[in-house]
Amino acid sequence: MDALHRGLTQAKLKNSPRLWAGFAIPGTVWLIALFAIPFYAVACVAFGTIDPVFRDAVPQWNPLSWDFVQAKQIFTSLATGPLQGVAIRTVVYVVCAMTLCFVIGFPIAYFLARHAGKRKLLLLVLIIVPFWVNYLMRMLAWVNLLSVDGLFTRFMRNFGVNYNWLDGSPITVILGLVYGYIPFLILPLYATLERLDWRLVDAARDLGAKPRQAFRLVTIPMSKAGLVAAGILIALPMFGDYYTNDLLSRSPSTEMIGNQIDFFLNASTQPQNGALLVLALSLFLLLFMSFYLRSTRQQSRQVTR
Amino acid sequence: MNTLNSTRTRRGSPLAFVIWGYIIWSLVPVLIAVIYSFNDGRSRTVWQGFSLRWWITDPYASIFRNDETRNAISNSLVLAFATLLVVTPLGIALAIGSQRIRGRSANFVQGLTSAPLITPEIVVGAALLLTFTRLFTAVPLGFFAQLLGNVTFALATVVVIVRARLVSIGASFEEAARDLGATRWQAMRFVLLPMLWPSVMASLVVVFATVIDDFVITSFLSAGVSSETVPLRIYSSVRGGATPALNALATLLVLTSFTVLIIGLFGLSTWRKRHGERGGLRAALADVTQMDS
Repeated sequence: MDALHRGLTQAKLKNSPRLWAGFAIPGTVWLIALFAIPFYAVACVAFGTIDPVFRDAVPQWNPLSWDFVQAKQIFTSLATGPLQGVAIRTVVYVVCAMTLCFVIGFPIAYFLARHAGKRKLLLLVLIIVPFWVNYLMRMLAWVNLLSVDGLFTRFMRNFGVNYNWLDGSPITVILGLVYGYIPFLILPLYATLERLDWRLVDAARDLGAKPRQAFRLVTIPMSKAGLVAAGILIALPMFGDYYTNDLLSRSPSTEMIGNQIDFFLNASTQPQNGALLVLALSLFLLLFMSFYLRSTRQQSRQVTR
Repeated sequence: MNTLNSTRTRRGSPLAFVIWGYIIWSLVPVLIAVIYSFNDGRSRTVWQGFSLRWWITDPYASIFRNDETRNAISNSLVLAFATLLVVTPLGIALAIGSQRIRGRSANFVQGLTSAPLITPEIVVGAALLLTFTRLFTAVPLGFFAQLLGNVTFALATVVVIVRARLVSIGASFEEAARDLGATRWQAMRFVLLPMLWPSVMASLVVVFATVIDDFVITSFLSAGVSSETVPLRIYSSVRGGATPALNALATLLVLTSFTVLIIGLFGLSTWRKRHGERGGLRAALADVTQMDS
């Protein structure tokens, strides 16, 4: 009787699709209008035409009449032309910064999850603090330290290092990216490692695996999905970053694709090129995004079951 | 599990140096920038004694007396509160709806709500800029466009936080209420919604901090000085010959988000204790960071 009753109410809760759809509709409409349609608008500008008199981009709302002449030009430019340097630089900077983030971040997350002991909460709080410090403030702090008479520059001069940090230095930009994004890597890494079943590592050790073997053969394979997801989570905004570069270098010699998008859309009269670069960047990142969404969906399915 | 871990703690392990080194590296530069906001001279790099001139005493340049800076502060606050006002009800409803609908439309809605979270801001900002200047031209750039943009970006955050709570609550409380004769609406209003409160509070804190710190979307959709926010003002003066007033303004921004965070953590921790849930700083932190530690 009781089971029957519960089954009935459960059915009642689940079978009110119209009510739940009503709850979802306003937000969904909002996201269609202001997230999905804007991508369509980007495509319409990218594949539109240019007004012959005012040189402004005229969007083509009908996909059947899209014009791909300018698109071809921009894509060739990215592959082999003047924008090639920007494309290569973007990838190289992000790969370097990601590698450094993992080299620094993984040991920290590992220590926090495994060996922090009584100090864990304190360390966790200190590691979360940069999250809540404005990104621009953190960059501004380094601009002060690295400027010509800044504390760090003066300090380094004692060792004979006389380097112009803020004038188109790739090292500064890459380290700036690391400094900016590493907090966003450490926390998800920590969450992944914290969730691991460490008894399996202990078992491997008991069965004679050396620490390094246990790490390579048990810890890494078990945490791989989480590591990849955390990596993607910081790679995506890094690929679209332009402000780090703008604040720490400001030189054309270190420009990334984000700087070009910012330039074409906000400072030039060729928004069509900006729209095309936004499309190129989105297509490139779509790969990472779908991978990320799939892996998190699998994880959440495991949690809810 | 925890006791096992703590027996493994090794004092002086090299990893402990790495973690403390990292903490110093991540926090000391910011602390130095904060200290220099109290510099008596015009330099942001050479210390010339303590003063409050960039905060309050200078009649023109101090952040609380300079007209443009005050305008930016008020723009930032208005934008943050307006975003909260719109995104909170929208996000709660979407979280409940998207968690309970089934079938193909459920996949669509869930994909649509998680996409903004992982789309680089520059893409969203650029797309909205082109949309507002060419398609929805009724929306002028400036405050209104910035509001729509920030709500779009923050919506996903609210949905993620509230949905995590919905999953952990489960359906049994509502079922019990229904068994006892409550209507579907009453079960939601008097059982489910009150239980969602910690996730709502966490969303308020996270969204406020995100919007008040937001640079990319707000900048793409701004219309000059009339809609200049604090981050925009900081950004445009970092590389110029700005005075320590810049450091003071950035410090103010950090202080604001920390105040909101601390109030939020305190509120969450008290709420949890009062309602017999696992309380304390760690649980409150988990609410805000979305980590189950």
